[in-house]
Amino acid sequence: MNRRKLSGDFIFEAVVGFFALCILILAFLLFRELFVESGLSRNTFGLGFLTSSTWDPVKEVFGALPFIFGTLVSSFLALLIAVPFSLGIAIYLSELAPEKLRTPLSFIIELLAAIPSVIIGLWGIFILAPFIRDYLAPPLSTYLGFLPLFQGPMYGLSMLTGGVILAIMIIPITSSVSREVIMTVPTHQREGALALGATGWETTWIAVLPYARSGIFGAVILGFGRAIGETMAVTMVIGNSQKISGSLFSPSNTMASVIANQFSEATSNLHVSSLMEIGFLLLVISIIINIAARILVWKLLRVEGGGRA
Amino acid sequence: MKWNRRKLIDRIMSNMSAACVVIAIIPLVSILYTVTINGISAINLDFLTQLPKPVGEPGGGLGNAIQGTFIVVGIACLIGLPIGILSGVYLSEYGENRFGRFISFVADVLTGTPSIVAGMFAYTFIVLYFKSFSAIAGGVALSVLMIPIVTRTTEESLKLVPGSIKEASLALGIPKWKTTLYIVISTGKSGIITGALLAIARISGETAPLLFTSFGNMFWAKRLDKPISTMPEQIYTYAIAPYPDWHAKAWAGALVLIILILVLNIGVRFVTRRKYGM
Repeated sequence: MNRRKLSGDFIFEAVVGFFALCILILAFLLFRELFVESGLSRNTFGLGFLTSSTWDPVKEVFGALPFIFGTLVSSFLALLIAVPFSLGIAIYLSELAPEKLRTPLSFIIELLAAIPSVIIGLWGIFILAPFIRDYLAPPLSTYLGFLPLFQGPMYGLSMLTGGVILAIMIIPITSSVSREVIMTVPTHQREGALALGATGWETTWIAVLPYARSGIFGAVILGFGRAIGETMAVTMVIGNSQKISGSLFSPSNTMASVIANQFSEATSNLHVSSLMEIGFLLLVISIIINIAARILVWKLLRVEGGGRA
Repeated sequence: MKWNRRKLIDRIMSNMSAACVVIAIIPLVSILYTVTINGISAINLDFLTQLPKPVGEPGGGLGNAIQGTFIVVGIACLIGLPIGILSGVYLSEYGENRFGRFISFVADVLTGTPSIVAGMFAYTFIVLYFKSFSAIAGGVALSVLMIPIVTRTTEESLKLVPGSIKEASLALGIPKWKTTLYIVISTGKSGIITGALLAIARISGETAPLLFTSFGNMFWAKRLDKPISTMPEQIYTYAIAPYPDWHAKAWAGALVLIILILVLNIGVRFVTRRKYGM
């Protein structure tokens, strides 16, 4: 009797343990496959791959700089737009909104994250891009045209459009993680400030936000991680040009979009391998970003006994 | 004077943060509105059941893409659900050690994997091996995205099962594995199902990993080791093409896909909320 119990437990734990191990194996394989497949490109171009801006499939010369540039600029642009909004949303939904509105409003905002990115891209091509071209770009070039950022013609599909669409896509995650982090701030922090006569906003600004700072930073990094990995919507609106340009009005390209655009058509081994190397870089960057963000967010949520990060 | 200024700032900032919420909702409303308006006119029975027609010919539909999406997502579920759920069970019931916490962390980090990278992985792993784009490769790519999500939601929902129930069962002499199977899992069942359905909703709309795994096809799917059409991929093809007729089809496809995904999402949340009385 006793032995049967033991062996049943042993078998069950071994089975579920095996499946858990599968996750480790999966993570390892993901890493290994992309590393091995990008070997040819690494051997051919070395570190120059990161700094060369020539991407010529015909002559078989590949440098990833335009795409790294595009990914960084579009993601930072997205953060620049999304972070203030996300903070405002998180503050409103955790501190200021009427109790009854909080759950439905945050549900609606998170619903945006459920919309497939190809549909957001479709909307981006036909609604957002023309809107930015006709209503946002003209005032920008009139009033801020002296900056190189807002010079040149604007056709709609551009770095600016890519950044805006990324901002829209990362607001749900950045705001909901920030909100969760802010909700872990102990009530006595707020009560202390209120008792000293602070207004609602001052309480938030002086007593709540500093306490949640590292977690909010984690939320921002998480948003950044989303932005650099996001593919379809950006691919559809960023214009896919390999020229590095200082203007946000000119078309650009990102690491993820060049893979989406060229991978299925790449015929030469070197071309495929170069795209693989871009994918590998993308994987490594997103792993680092996610680890950093999780650590920052976890510290708060775990300590305060909150469950999910 | 000073008092007034502070009160004014309080007002302004409160209103500004409320405005942030309103502005953030505008894109969602605009997306839902334009997809509905543009999509509804092109949807009819033919659209849902016919094969796509070449450029210039009127009519045709997304029948094969709808079929393909169900097949590819089905394959992803066959691979992803057992691995995800069982490893979630391990992490929640046996995972209170270094190994368990590490796996939980890895799963968490994997949820942030760019979806296109999952596609490249399935490409090297399956497409190169079979020397053909295939439904299976698409399913594998989507399962890579699905596994970490299902694992984490299963883990979290099983951890919510009260310890007293487990202890009561163990005290009756029921072995741990039976307790886990019949008591813990059946108590946390609704959480697991919610997580699985949300993961399905998430991967059903994925496009990037399918571009070079399931690839696309103009005909009905007959074999799993051949390229297959899916809704997101078809919407993408139609959206970036220069033909207005195809744009109309992209909108209609988007409407079908969005209905499918929102029904899954809202339905699931509605059901769970009622259950837990939130």
